Amino acid sequence: MVSYILRRLLQVIPVFLGTTLLVYYMVFALPGDPIAALFGDRQPPQAVIDALREQYHLNEPFWVQYGLFLKNLFTFNLGVDFTQQPIAATLGRVFPVTAMLAIEALIIQAVFGVLFGVFAGLRKGKLFDSTVLVVSLVVIAVPTFVLGFVFQLVFGVHLAWAKPTVGANAGWTDLILPAVVLGLVSFAYVLRLTRASVIENMNADYVRTATAKGLSRPRVVLTHILRNSMIPVVTYLGANLGGLMGGAIVTEGIFNVPGVGNKLYQAVLRGEGPTVVAIVSVLVLVFVLANLLVDLLYAWLDPRIRYDH
Amino acid sequence: MRFTRTSKALGIMAIAAALALSGCGAGGGGEATASVDPAKIIKAYSNEPQNPLLPANTNEVFGGRVVELLFEGLRTYDADGKPVNALAESIETDDAQTWTIKIKDDAKFTNGEAITAKTFVDSWNFAALSTNLQNNGYFFESIDGYADVSAVTTTTDAEGKSIDTPAPTAETMSGLKAVDDSTIEVKLAQPEADWSLRLGYSAFFPLPSAALADPKAYGENPVGNGPYKMAKEGAWQHDSQIELVKNEDYSGPREAKNGGVTFRFYTDPQPAYTDLQGDNLDITDVLPSNALATYTSDFPERNSTKPIATNSTLNIPGYNPNFQGEAGKLRRQALSHAINREEIAKVIFSGTRTPAKAFAPPVIEGFTEDVPGADVLTFDAAKAKELWEQAEAIQPYDGSVLQIASNTDGGNKEWIEAVANGFKNNLGIESEIQPFAKFAEMLNLRKSQSLPGLARAGWQGDYPSLYNFLGPLWATGASSNYEKYSNPEFDALLKEGLGAKTPEEANTKFNEAQAILFEDLPGLPLWDQARPIVWSNNVVKAETGWNGGVLYYNIEAK
Repeated sequence: MVSYILRRLLQVIPVFLGTTLLVYYMVFALPGDPIAALFGDRQPPQAVIDALREQYHLNEPFWVQYGLFLKNLFTFNLGVDFTQQPIAATLGRVFPVTAMLAIEALIIQAVFGVLFGVFAGLRKGKLFDSTVLVVSLVVIAVPTFVLGFVFQLVFGVHLAWAKPTVGANAGWTDLILPAVVLGLVSFAYVLRLTRASVIENMNADYVRTATAKGLSRPRVVLTHILRNSMIPVVTYLGANLGGLMGGAIVTEGIFNVPGVGNKLYQAVLRGEGPTVVAIVSVLVLVFVLANLLVDLLYAWLDPRIRYDH
Repeated sequence: MRFTRTSKALGIMAIAAALALSGCGAGGGGEATASVDPAKIIKAYSNEPQNPLLPANTNEVFGGRVVELLFEGLRTYDADGKPVNALAESIETDDAQTWTIKIKDDAKFTNGEAITAKTFVDSWNFAALSTNLQNNGYFFESIDGYADVSAVTTTTDAEGKSIDTPAPTAETMSGLKAVDDSTIEVKLAQPEADWSLRLGYSAFFPLPSAALADPKAYGENPVGNGPYKMAKEGAWQHDSQIELVKNEDYSGPREAKNGGVTFRFYTDPQPAYTDLQGDNLDITDVLPSNALATYTSDFPERNSTKPIATNSTLNIPGYNPNFQGEAGKLRRQALSHAINREEIAKVIFSGTRTPAKAFAPPVIEGFTEDVPGADVLTFDAAKAKELWEQAEAIQPYDGSVLQIASNTDGGNKEWIEAVANGFKNNLGIESEIQPFAKFAEMLNLRKSQSLPGLARAGWQGDYPSLYNFLGPLWATGASSNYEKYSNPEFDALLKEGLGAKTPEEANTKFNEAQAILFEDLPGLPLWDQARPIVWSNNVVKAETGWNGGVLYYNIEAK
C-alpha cells in the first residue's frame, strides 16, 4: 500500500512539470505587452515601464522565464503579481474560499444525488423515478450561467432569501446559493449514476442470496446494494472535486466570489504568467491528490481490489 | 467575465417564467423616508487597485477614487470642475512663472503629523525623482529642475530594444522651496498660466513622513488628510474590498455626508448591477454594456447621466500616403463629414455620448462650439463625396481597405462598424474594423507607427483644463501623441497660451491652436462622454463630478 502511494506521488512530478510548462507557454504566447496593458491611454514614464519589465523578466526569452519560475517555485518564493501583491498570499486567500465553495457543492451533490438516486432506483418506473429523471435531464440541459442568473435574480433579488453576490469575508452560509448552482449539474449526474447502479445491483446474485437468507430490507439495501453501487459514483465525485475547484470560473464570476476562478480569470486577462501558473500548479496537485484518494477509497469499498502484489 | 446578450436574454426569459410560476412580482414595500442617516456606510462598486495606494503612483480609476477620498491637496475641484482652494490659503503669481502658495496652518494628517510647506516639497520631490518610479512623476515636469531629477540613461539591449534606466543628477527640484512653515515657492521652467489648475490632481497630494520612509508598506495602510480614512489596519482586503470611514477631524470643502464608503471589488459589472437591483450594493458608475438601454427603466428616479471630461477621437496616421498633402487634407475632411455622429450617439450609445463639437468636451472651461473649422464635424454626405472626389483628382486613393483599429473588449465593435458603413456608403471605399483583443496590443502598434489605418483613441482629462485636451495629445513629441502629429504653429500657440497672464487669455490662444487642429485634422473628434450611474433604494442623493467620478463624500443615504 505504502509503495503504491509513493509510486503515485512520484507520478505527480512529470505531470506537474508538463502542465506548468504548457500553461506558462500559453500565457507567454498571449499577444500584447502585459505591462503596457496595465496602463491605459496615459502611459507612465518609459523608465517605469522598463523597470517593471525588468522586475518580471519580460525581456528574457521563454526558457529563461520558465526556469526562473521553477527556481522560485522550489525555493518557495513565488514573487509578486502585477499589482505588487505577493502571489503566495494571494493563493492563501483565494484557495480557502474556493475550497469551501467546492466542498459545499460536493456535499450537496453527493448527499442529494445519492439519496434521490437510491430512492429512484428502488422505485424504478414509479412516479417518483420518472419525475426525478425528467428534472435531472432539464438540469443537465440548462447551461450553468443560465442557472446562475436565474437563481441569482429569483432567490437573490426578488425573493431576497440570500444575497445576490458573495463578496468579501465569505462564510459557509454566504456560499450556499453559488454552491447549489455549482453542484446542480453534477448532482443530476450523480443521481442518474446512482440510480442506474442500484437498479443493476438489485438483480445481482448476492442481493438475491442476501434476501433469501432472510436479511432485513434495510440491511440488504445499505450493506449489499448501496456499498456496491458506490464505486462508479465515488470515481465520479473524486474526479469532480478537481473540476469544482478549477471549473468554478463561471459561477464565481456570476456571484462575485473572491476565489480561484475569479483570480485566474483576471490573471489571464492581464497576461500574468506567474500568477496563472501558480494557481494552475495548485489545481494540478488537487486533481492528482483527489484521484489518489478515489483509488484508495476503491479498496475500502471493494475488498477485492488490492494494490500490493 | 462578460456574458453575451443572448445568454442574458435566455436568463431573463427563464426568470420571467420562474416568477410567473412562483407568483412573485418585482419591487418591494417600504415607504420612502427622506430622513438622511449621516452614519450610514455606502457600499460602492470598484475593483482591486493596481498599485499600493500612493497618490503619485496611482494612475488608474479604482485606486484613484480611494486616494482622492483619503487625501486633500492644495486645491480640489467642485462638482462642475471649478478649482477651489483646500489646504491652500492663497496661490499667487505675477508672471505665471514664479508661484507663491500659502498653506493654511493647523492642517494635520490623521496620525497627528502637521502638514507644512516642507511636507509638500518633500512629497513632490519624492514623486518626481525617477528612481522612485512613480507613475505620475511627469506631473511635475513644469517645475524648474524636473529635468535633473527625472533624468534617465538609455541603453540598448541585445535585440536592439532601448531601455531607460533612472539616472537623476539631483535629488530635489531646484525650482521648489519651502520658504517657511506655511509658504511654498515654486519656480516653473517657463510661464504656465494654467499651472495652478492641476494642483487638485492626486499627484500633488501631501504625504506623511512615514510614506517617504517605506512607500510600499505605507501604500497598504495609507494615512492621509482627506474626508475619509482607512477604517482600520488592513482595511484593504485584497481582491475583496476597501473600507473607509469618515475622518471626523476633516474640515475642508469636501466634508463627508455619510459615515463611510466600502469599495467592493467586482471583476465584472454584471453582478454589481444585479446586486444593486437587490439593494446589496449602493452605487455603481460602471454599467454592463447590455444595461445601457435599460438602466433608466430598471432604476427609475435612481439614475443620473451627466456629461464628463472624456472624449473620443479617430486618429489618422500621417505616415499613410493616402492622408498626406493637399489630397490627404481633403480626405480627412471627407471622412469627418461621412460620420453620422448624431445618429450613432443616439442609436448605439443610447444617449450616453453626445456628438463632439470640438477637440475638448463642453464641461471644460474655455470650451466653445465656434472654433473656426468646427463645421467639419457635421454629417454631410454630399459634401463628403465632393471632397473625396476632389482629392481623387489630385492623387487617387490606393484602393486599400480603410481599417479602423480598436480593442473589442470594451464594446467598441458596434460603433466602429457604423462608422465604417458611413465611409462605405458615402465615400464608396471599403472600410472595416481591425480588431484587437486587448488595448495594449493596439497601443504598441500605434507607438511603433505600424497601424495601416485609423486608430480609436480616448482621453480622460487629468484636471479641468483646455490645455490638458490639446498638449499631451497633439503637441510635438507629447507623451500620448502616438501618431506623432507635429505642427510648429500649433506648438507655438500652445506655448503662448501657457505663458498668458490670465486663464481667459490662455484659452483664447488654446482655441486658436484648436483651429489649426481642425485644419490639419490629425484626428477626428467623435463624441464626448456622459457618465451614467445608478444607485440603490438606500441612497437619497448621489452625483458625479466633472471627470465622471462619483462624489462619494456627497452621497446621502438612509
